[in-house]
Amino acid sequence: MPQHKLVILGLLAVLMAGCGSKDTIPDPDPSETVPGGDIGDMDDYGNDGLSSGEEIIYEPDASEMGNVVYFDYDSSELRTEDTDIVASHARQLSMNSSLSVRLEGHGDERGSREYNIGLGERRAQTVRRLLLIQGASASQVSTVSFGEERPAVEGSNEAAYSQNRRVEITYTN
Amino acid sequence: MMRLNVRLRLFTILLVSILMSDFAVAELDIVITDGIKRRPIAIVPFGWEGQGAEVPLDVAKIISDDLSRSGRFAPIPVEDMLQKPTDGTGVDFDDWAILGVEAVVVGKVEQTGENAYNVQFQLFDVFGRDQLVGYRMPASRGTMRRVSHRTADMIYEELTGIKGVFDTKVAYVTARSQADGKLFSLTVADQDGENENVIMESRNPIMSPAWSPDSRRLAYVSFENNRSSIFVQTLRTGNRIQVSSKAGINGAPAFSPDGRQLVLTLGGVDGNPDIHVMDISSRQTRRLTTHRAIDTEGSWSPDGKYIYFTSDRSGGPQIYRVAASGGTPERITFEGSYNARPRMSPDGTRLAMVHLFQGNYRIAVMDMIDEKRRDLLVLSAGQQDESPSFAPNSDTLIYATRATKNGVLETVTADGLIRQTLAPGSGDIREPVWSPFQRF
Repeated sequence: MPQHKLVILGLLAVLMAGCGSKDTIPDPDPSETVPGGDIGDMDDYGNDGLSSGEEIIYEPDASEMGNVVYFDYDSSELRTEDTDIVASHARQLSMNSSLSVRLEGHGDERGSREYNIGLGERRAQTVRRLLLIQGASASQVSTVSFGEERPAVEGSNEAAYSQNRRVEITYTN
Repeated sequence: MMRLNVRLRLFTILLVSILMSDFAVAELDIVITDGIKRRPIAIVPFGWEGQGAEVPLDVAKIISDDLSRSGRFAPIPVEDMLQKPTDGTGVDFDDWAILGVEAVVVGKVEQTGENAYNVQFQLFDVFGRDQLVGYRMPASRGTMRRVSHRTADMIYEELTGIKGVFDTKVAYVTARSQADGKLFSLTVADQDGENENVIMESRNPIMSPAWSPDSRRLAYVSFENNRSSIFVQTLRTGNRIQVSSKAGINGAPAFSPDGRQLVLTLGGVDGNPDIHVMDISSRQTRRLTTHRAIDTEGSWSPDGKYIYFTSDRSGGPQIYRVAASGGTPERITFEGSYNARPRMSPDGTRLAMVHLFQGNYRIAVMDMIDEKRRDLLVLSAGQQDESPSFAPNSDTLIYATRATKNGVLETVTADGLIRQTLAPGSGDIREPVWSPFQRF
């Protein structure tokens, strides 16, 4: 269910800086943002009821954003398009300390099984770090790597592999 | 002029080595089952001296199947035999020489009690006209299959000089798709696939089985409760103990040669997989690596001095070793971009691994004796071959490969000449591990 929420710009700036994407996030340029400060031309909104630096923005629920992020071959870098998914879960966790998540890291079937456990863990840790940077607490986040043992899609082709290199965010509480 | 000469020679050497390596690969690709000339041998049906018409077990057939499966022998059909003696006094060497067989095995099963038998065999060299080996062994209905495999082992060793591994077991993991998800099982079977015994079943993944040196226990990883734990299970009783269930990764167990310690991979909360050694009785662990890269898949050298492991500290996975007492890890592999899951042969002469070769994951071995011959020899021919495990005689390896969508098991001799696919069972089979020699 879509929700509109008031969000402090400073948090937005931290989120974007934390996601550390290089060049695909449109204006405002995250490299120029100052946590807690204005971003670009936000002054233009000039709503009377809001103090400078606050804005009403569309903030989908974590449940609407999905709970799976995907990774490139041999990579544990979060893709730019998935930063919002992680951010939405971080927000949910930071606002509700009784929630906790298990991050399940997975890989494709190629290569050695225990080494793939390591790769899956590395991906889960990427997501864990981003959750913690964005306000989740360490006690809310656990990781487990299933390596190649639990593919989302069966098959020995890139279409299957790309669906299997993933981290699933599962609420355990 | 001098320089030109050197260059020319270098070029020639390069060309020859390229040609040779291509040739070697092409040859391996052709080899399916008949890598070498199989030696003709006769296994005469065993005689039966006991109550009832039926012998409890067709001992000769088991021996014949074992020798045939080794890829080194071609037992002749029973119907071609001109005589079927059951002991040495009836063997006419000329009758066997005509058929071109090199060796003849004769024997019989005698009943000595309600569930007591003697299995007797003799092996003859047809051209030397002499007995090579002969034994009489007690057996029950329960042990007769093992006595038969043991007989095949003695015949094999006598004729090849290589210890037989027919009386050994293999453990492996199977995943079966069911309506409500996957069912994982850990199975122990005789090396010929008989006597399958499921020792553990779970809806969650089971991984990385490892034999204890006395072949009485298996260590493995189980994801029951959605987290990884390492268990050690005693085969005879089924009793199992959870030896590691720390936060993060608990993986890749392997027993030390004395059976008292496990090398394992622990990841911790921060998820940095490192090699640890655990004293099994006290559960005390000692950390051997501290690098922030993935360090995993540890296994011991047979002398217990080193632990070989996979690390991607150089960027991609390569094989390293560290002294079991601790120290600075030393890189072992430099050929190719992906080398993982090291396993040393029990005689310490070869190191097997998963090696990315021309876009395919293959099983390869490295010579550990001759420093000048550290080139990898690629043994397998699949696209996703993994989990190499040496037979206790160091002569053959078993590994998992992929046939269409399911995993199947293959064996290959360490020289790459004889490769065999084991008859696929049901389900997706993976992670075979060959047992040590069994105590009788």
